[in-house]
Amino acid sequence: MSVLVYINSNGEKIAKNAFEAVTYSKKIGDVTVVTNGKADDSMLAQLGKYGASKVLVDRSFEGIDEQQITRLVATAAENVGAETIVFSNDLIGKAVAPRLSVKLSAGLVAGATGVPQEDGTIPVNVFSGKAHGFVKVNTDKKIIALLPNSIQPEETGADAAVEEFNGNAGDSRVTVKETKLPEGDIPLPEAELVVSGGRGLKGPENWNLITDLATELGAATACSRPVADSDWRPHHEHVGQTGVAIRPNLYIAAGISGAIQHLAGVNGSKTIVVINTDDEAPFFKAADYGVVGDAFEVLPKLTEAVKKFKASN
Amino acid sequence: MKILVCISKAPDTTTKISFTDGDTKFDESGVKYIVNPYDEWYALVRGLELKEAHGGSVTTVTVGTAEDDATIRKALAIGADDATRINVKPEDASQVAAEIAAYAKEGAYDLVLLGKETIDYNGSQVGGMIAEHLDMPFISLAEKLDVDGTTATLDKEITGGVQTVEAELPLVVSCAKGMAEQRIPNMRGIMAARKKPLNVVEPTNAAKQTSFVKYALPAPKSAVKLIDPNNMDELVELLHNEAKVI
Repeated sequence: MSVLVYINSNGEKIAKNAFEAVTYSKKIGDVTVVTNGKADDSMLAQLGKYGASKVLVDRSFEGIDEQQITRLVATAAENVGAETIVFSNDLIGKAVAPRLSVKLSAGLVAGATGVPQEDGTIPVNVFSGKAHGFVKVNTDKKIIALLPNSIQPEETGADAAVEEFNGNAGDSRVTVKETKLPEGDIPLPEAELVVSGGRGLKGPENWNLITDLATELGAATACSRPVADSDWRPHHEHVGQTGVAIRPNLYIAAGISGAIQHLAGVNGSKTIVVINTDDEAPFFKAADYGVVGDAFEVLPKLTEAVKKFKASN
Repeated sequence: MKILVCISKAPDTTTKISFTDGDTKFDESGVKYIVNPYDEWYALVRGLELKEAHGGSVTTVTVGTAEDDATIRKALAIGADDATRINVKPEDASQVAAEIAAYAKEGAYDLVLLGKETIDYNGSQVGGMIAEHLDMPFISLAEKLDVDGTTATLDKEITGGVQTVEAELPLVVSCAKGMAEQRIPNMRGIMAARKKPLNVVEPTNAAKQTSFVKYALPAPKSAVKLIDPNNMDELVELLHNEAKVI
């Protein structure tokens, strides 16, 4: 089966979720990648290691305009006769995949967490991570948008051939005035390690306890809803049912009681560590490791322990 | 300015999720439905603020059965002028988007607003699909929306940051946190909502491109392992050797 993957390559390197999408697609069929922007050939060729046999690159436009990318992917899908088209369900995939679904009359499975099952259904998260659903696509062509951090990239092959491609992307009707990318921040939805704080931290002036541990681990920072609502931390750090849903390898929660709405956003995490003074906090039921203690004392000790571990490994 | 706000119902955020009929259906017994928070707090309220600033109208549209009328009245109580319900059970994003797009085509709206996702199926699909049906630009995950004449300026979330963009109306915009503050309907709003028009229109019977065939609950977690707060070296050791996450 011919599988086409769109990846974004406008950044300085290719993001991990692109390697995930290619690895995933290789499990379904023969993989062609289509991309746009300025990435050089050697950078794109490494997608072959994850299973791509060919990379089509349209250098006529940069950026993330969802109408241009939709037209590019539609042209490429026709060119390679793709039966399945895969995106990472990141912010670009969420904007492009639904448009493409209408354009190609191809059913979309948004937020897939695994490969197609024996009965052809595809698993997704539903109810903000409180349950799984299995989706059947009723059209001949399929689009799958893969939830970041759902599978590990696997290196199996050699470099891919990179070809220039004209995707007839057309013009953008959206003008970008300004792009703000705060330096050093790890984007939360793609982070593998996350340190998160709640009301138990008592105020924004104490957030160094969270950021110190995060820096030591190389982790992203997050927070609970009351913290974002009080403007102690920016909105994009709010994880939970009405914030961002994440599934990192490690989620460390300090001073968060673990309301059902918060758990919905984090229960896809591989390992959860909970630090709370209240041993009755509901979060302990969802945790792998628990520390009953005061975050103000435990966090600095944990930061020290991580520092010691990093120095000796 | 003519504004259309897409409103969906969703189970209250405290709902315990379970399934029936051999795990093929969401168990709705005892479930309390609310207006999907992203549709209500951000899309609807920002639509009302724009109407208050520039004049015009705010219409809501919902794909659903008569069971949805209570949530639609809530949206009217918050301040929408009128509501339309497309009379069919919503089962798939492609169906919902096609029905709303067919309705919106007739109305010449300047803005179609909706929440960034619903909190039940979390697909984030309907906005982009409507935009493609209507051949309008789609601004996803907008945190800020201002309109000057026929030009909209928006802040949208991008990977690792925020982008400020400009586009000519008409547009489809999916709304995220930061766009507006939640409004609690007052008694006058609730009374007025009873008299506001709730128009029921028949569907075009758009095809469903996907179906949910079964559901499963996550495997229960094994019991938490408690670590002495004075022994963080042990926690680090377990995270490294047992959980293998650092």
